[in-house]
Amino acid sequence: MSDGISRADVAHLANLARIDLTDAELDRLTPELTVILESVAQVAEVADADVPPTSHAVPLANVFREDVVTPGLTPEQALAGAPAVEQQRFAVPRILGEEA
Amino acid sequence: MSTIRLSAAEIAARLAAGDVSSADVTQEHLDRIAEVDGDLNAFLALDAEGALATARDVDARRAAGETLHPLAGVPIAVKDVVATEGIATTAGSKILEGWVPPYDAFLTRRLRAAGLPILGKTNMDEFAMGSSTEHSAYGPTRNPWDRDRIPGGSGGGSAAAVGAYEAPLAIGTDTGGSIRQPAAVTGTVGVKPTYGGVSRYGLIAMASSLDQAGPVTRTVLDAALLHELIGGHDPLDSTSIDAPVPPVVEAARRADVSGMRIGIVTELNGEGYQPGVRARFDEAVALLTKAGAEIVEVSCPSFAYALSTYYLVMPAEASSNLARFDAMRYGLRVAPAGVPSPSAEQVMSATREAGFGDEVKRRIIIGTYALSSGYYDAYYGSAQKVRTLIARDFEAAFGSVDVLISPTSPTTAFPLGSKLDDPMSMYLQDVATIPANLAGIPGLSLPVGVTDEDGLPVGLQVLAPAMADDRLYNVGAALERLLVEQWGGPLLSRAPELGTAATSRAASSKEGKA
Repeated sequence: MSDGISRADVAHLANLARIDLTDAELDRLTPELTVILESVAQVAEVADADVPPTSHAVPLANVFREDVVTPGLTPEQALAGAPAVEQQRFAVPRILGEEA
Repeated sequence: MSTIRLSAAEIAARLAAGDVSSADVTQEHLDRIAEVDGDLNAFLALDAEGALATARDVDARRAAGETLHPLAGVPIAVKDVVATEGIATTAGSKILEGWVPPYDAFLTRRLRAAGLPILGKTNMDEFAMGSSTEHSAYGPTRNPWDRDRIPGGSGGGSAAAVGAYEAPLAIGTDTGGSIRQPAAVTGTVGVKPTYGGVSRYGLIAMASSLDQAGPVTRTVLDAALLHELIGGHDPLDSTSIDAPVPPVVEAARRADVSGMRIGIVTELNGEGYQPGVRARFDEAVALLTKAGAEIVEVSCPSFAYALSTYYLVMPAEASSNLARFDAMRYGLRVAPAGVPSPSAEQVMSATREAGFGDEVKRRIIIGTYALSSGYYDAYYGSAQKVRTLIARDFEAAFGSVDVLISPTSPTTAFPLGSKLDDPMSMYLQDVATIPANLAGIPGLSLPVGVTDEDGLPVGLQVLAPAMADDRLYNVGAALERLLVEQWGGPLLSRAPELGTAATSRAASSKEGKA
């Protein structure tokens, strides 16, 4: 983990995160992220094996509600902010291969 | 007689007495916004029509003898990360430009039900990621004390709006200090309630285990009044605390620290803190001692790792939360250049490239890295363990003291642009505020003077155990009273005058815009 992060790593992560970074952005982000990650890596110094992790500051049990119908958004409201709508549905680009 | 320089409590009293109408009060604030916001850029959208309609409705109901909420008719500004039905909500991002939410956040519902006219939405760092409001896609907000300096962030718009008398009240959100640090650098009051104290339903999420909405005001009592209104249980947020709101208003009116044990955190003072910040802090400590508080020094050794912990936990949660901006159901959709019949995945990547700013991209990539297999244990796993250590430090400290205090921010407001190329130095702004978010405890910042070296405001932070939010208000109000007595008036009265007729055009052109 102390090896730092390479330009190829950043490109791979950006792809996983679905962000088309430009070459200029990769050049700029790689050294910035290296500095940030080197700095935050110090958490490993004090994280002993016997310390339990905290995911949430306030301890909580699962919360359930009564199984009753409550009003939600109308289709018009739900679709009001959509980039594209067709037949009262969200219209999206193709999700399968070119020929599908 | 304009009401813009009155506190919310004073405006409420005049409304109740029938001395002024809410319509007039609201119009005066809209006029003030038109006068000064061209310079400040505290607002991203205005809803003059809606605010005035609410005001007239409250006036009519009051005239009819209806019993109203104490803050009914007092106008408010809302941070743009909070969903407001019918008013554009962008979270400071291009990816949500022009998005009009089809529903209200829990706290928006509370504001509407109580009859507070919503003036508009305030500027912020994109998705609340930043400490200067410079990461807003719609240009930075300027500090009312010095327009070449930052108003803090991410909630710089709310703090500047309140500090410049554009609104008596505002809503902020605080993930690592975004209510308290802007309060400190603008000479205003800001409170982050206990995690779960105010519902997150309808807040655009950054880091769900840290995000918390709260009041932004000019006085401690005003903050308590607003806290009481927006706090309390909401079944629509599974992390909402199912318990009554702590008696915050009563505590703000009590304002008595005699016999209290107040701890100074060794790790949140000293090296790295500007001399003027330390000087004003030390004087405030002396005032608290004189008022009968016992001051104790306490050590929280794990706080040295709080910033690192935060910059792993927060990006990890943000990278996951921001996956919802996928160009499919709302917001921007951009087709990749030169790709005939692009796939959903390609559209997603092109949209997120075009719609997200630098800081958002940095944090999403750090979060993606910290959560990836092979690195998870070293980064995210370790950070979660250190989070436990920080909570234990607080627990130990609160075993011997009632509240903890520290400077809110290590420095006063820095010049616009001075930290944009150095993300780590920007992150250091939040070094004193972050531990509270990691442990879920409440914090308040109030102004304690201006420094000798730059004449800019300094904030003092009060921290209390979870669900003991009332202690913040008791200590904050006591210190505020002593300071205002000493100054002969509120600190903000020393800020330079703003406003010329020439700046009015830019602000009025925001009506209805995203």
